[in-house]
Amino acid sequence: MLMLQNIFKTFEHRPALTDVNVSVAKGATHALIGSSGSGKTTLLRITLGLIPMDKGYVKLNDQPLSSFTPAQWADRIGYVPQDGGLFPHISGRNNVSLIARLRGWSRQKIDARIEELSKLVDLDAAALSRFPAELSGGQKQRVAIMRAAMMDPDVMLLDEPMAALDPLIRRSLQQELKSIFQRLNKTVLLVTHDLGEAAFLAEQLTLLHDGKVVQSGSFGDLLHHPADAFVTSFINAQRGVPDAASVAA
Amino acid sequence: MTLRMMMLRARTSRVTTLRAMRAMRAVRALRAVALAVMVPTLLLPAVGRAADAIVVGGKIFTESYILGEIAAQSMAAESSVPVDRKLGMGSTGILFEALKRGAIDVYPDYTGTLAEAILKQPQLKSLDEIRRALIPMDLVISGPLGFNDTYAIAVKERFADEHQLHTISDLHRVQSSLRAAFSYEFMDRKDGYPGMVDAYQLHPDPQKVTRMEHSLSFQAINDDAVDVIDVYSTDAKIKKFHLRLLDDDRGYFPVYQAVWVARKAFVDKHPREWAILRKLEGSISETAMQDMNAQADIQKESFAKVASQFLGKAPPAAESGAQKIWQRTREHLWLVGVALLFSLIVGIPLGVIAVRFHAAGQGILIISALVQTIPSLALLCFLIPVFGVGTKPALAALCLYSLLPVVLNTFTGVRGVDPLHLENARAFGLNRRQVLFRIVLPLASPTMLAGIKTATIVSIGTATLAALVGAGGYGAPIVSGLSLNDIPTILTGAIPAALMALIAHALFELLGLVLIPVGLRKHA
Repeated sequence: MLMLQNIFKTFEHRPALTDVNVSVAKGATHALIGSSGSGKTTLLRITLGLIPMDKGYVKLNDQPLSSFTPAQWADRIGYVPQDGGLFPHISGRNNVSLIARLRGWSRQKIDARIEELSKLVDLDAAALSRFPAELSGGQKQRVAIMRAAMMDPDVMLLDEPMAALDPLIRRSLQQELKSIFQRLNKTVLLVTHDLGEAAFLAEQLTLLHDGKVVQSGSFGDLLHHPADAFVTSFINAQRGVPDAASVAA
Repeated sequence: MTLRMMMLRARTSRVTTLRAMRAMRAVRALRAVALAVMVPTLLLPAVGRAADAIVVGGKIFTESYILGEIAAQSMAAESSVPVDRKLGMGSTGILFEALKRGAIDVYPDYTGTLAEAILKQPQLKSLDEIRRALIPMDLVISGPLGFNDTYAIAVKERFADEHQLHTISDLHRVQSSLRAAFSYEFMDRKDGYPGMVDAYQLHPDPQKVTRMEHSLSFQAINDDAVDVIDVYSTDAKIKKFHLRLLDDDRGYFPVYQAVWVARKAFVDKHPREWAILRKLEGSISETAMQDMNAQADIQKESFAKVASQFLGKAPPAAESGAQKIWQRTREHLWLVGVALLFSLIVGIPLGVIAVRFHAAGQGILIISALVQTIPSLALLCFLIPVFGVGTKPALAALCLYSLLPVVLNTFTGVRGVDPLHLENARAFGLNRRQVLFRIVLPLASPTMLAGIKTATIVSIGTATLAALVGAGGYGAPIVSGLSLNDIPTILTGAIPAALMALIAHALFELLGLVLIPVGLRKHA
């Protein structure tokens, strides 16, 4: 399981995260939500080991981040950057296999793993041989997920997986993403500003505001037992198109 | 402990401690630096002088080319020691430097020049005085070759016959009506016109003495616009325009006797060859030299042919045009290739460092830009005291010139890489080196390649100047063609250089297809 314990972080004396606790059970899908400036990106970068925290622990199966080398940690946390974050100069396949090649995997092992993953995310070989600029948004997302899953990590970490996508594609892809998560059978932490997406994909949500955890729980908990007024206003603000009834004639 | 052992140890140590990693990094860095330094130096002798060959030098004017050929051919004919030519090497200073450093063994010069330009003791007049003064410099001179290339006073043959003129003193008879055109230098030098009228007590009508550009004064005397001009005593045009040189009967003009100047080491090592050169002492008269200059300057005969005719020998198996061009192409490619290699080995790391360390980066960019503003000839001159003459200073200059485009484009390309890619790469667990080689450099490669292409094409052009310091290449015919005002000869260097630039351009386009990652090309 992935544990973020008592995390503090300040940037130039301005607190960015204050005593943040997030716990993701093994095999669960957990969403970290919050609007921009809430601290969710800082928490993401700390979790990836890209920036140090001032205090606290990031633990994977009770082992702290500091006991891993950067490469070991990266192999345990499969990262899917926003918009896929594929490297534009190499093909989809080479994006997927980059780390495995650096780790000295044999060709056969790489090919077998790519075969397995492409079935899981339902992506054909032709798409893999193309360059990122030639792929659709959905295909990029799938290649990025394959790349993150390549080293068989314990946790998949997704940053705004849908943010860059067309609203119409988003719907169908959300459904697919959910089934991909199920097929991958991994612990998933996704970071998003979109409550609907979080509610759809994740069993557990953690709402961040001003660098603090406002509430953790299921979407039902947040909806029916809001911890404070902010939770309610955050939920209401994300309702999207207002009810016809509430619009003045 | 050898590097190899250190690397092995670092590699096999089970626990990859931080120290071992550092050692490995240091070893790799050392190896890169060693390679950068060693590769060019290892390759250098490849086109340097052949071992044991005698190298004949020469300055960049017709007479010096011809004398150099005469020296080379007479030694080649009577000795089995191979002879190399480094003719057309720019000024006295460059030749002297080359001689001191052993880049050349022997070259023709003039006693007056030796006293003034090399010994800086213009009061030395006699051959013996000059010879003695050269001993501490380990230089040896031969006896006079026969002619004296100094200022002389010339009149038309017809005019001379008409007025019975044979000596400068004879001018007294015609001085009141004499119309003269003298060059600016001759008019202004103390040992020129002012001293001459003094020494000969001449009183020409100042109204009739004009200052005129040397090349124009020949035309003027030919058109009978003037009666007397100053010339160099072996000038080819003396014969062409049927002029007579008046004897310097009071011995006023400084003596510029042609002699061989050689390194003492050469004389000691090759006494037989030195004797061959000394057999030429007294054998080249002023008229003979004028004739030879005329054959080269006016009839456009090759220097080699003029020299062989004088020696009464069959001209040396002239390299065919194709062979010559191939030889120059090799020299030129060598210059450009090494410069390019250097700019890659040094320029790319500097460009990367410039991005990572801001202050150092600004310094690197400013310095490489400053180097670019130094005129190429000036840069060559600055480098001669450091590198001597020949290929090395030329290579050094080219390396410095090709640095800026590579550094600047590497800097621009690397800085232009989206920082998101860098962060993602780190999140995937790539270390600094992997980020650099797998992500940053490939993403920057289109910009970098453009810089390398610029550097190559600029080098191909600039390398033509290398001939001035004796490095050969396409510049050799350009330089000798310029001294002969012979456009076809210039073109035999200029056209291949232009072709090489075009080919380089095309090759880089092809290289772009291979090197630039496909993903960047299609949607660039």
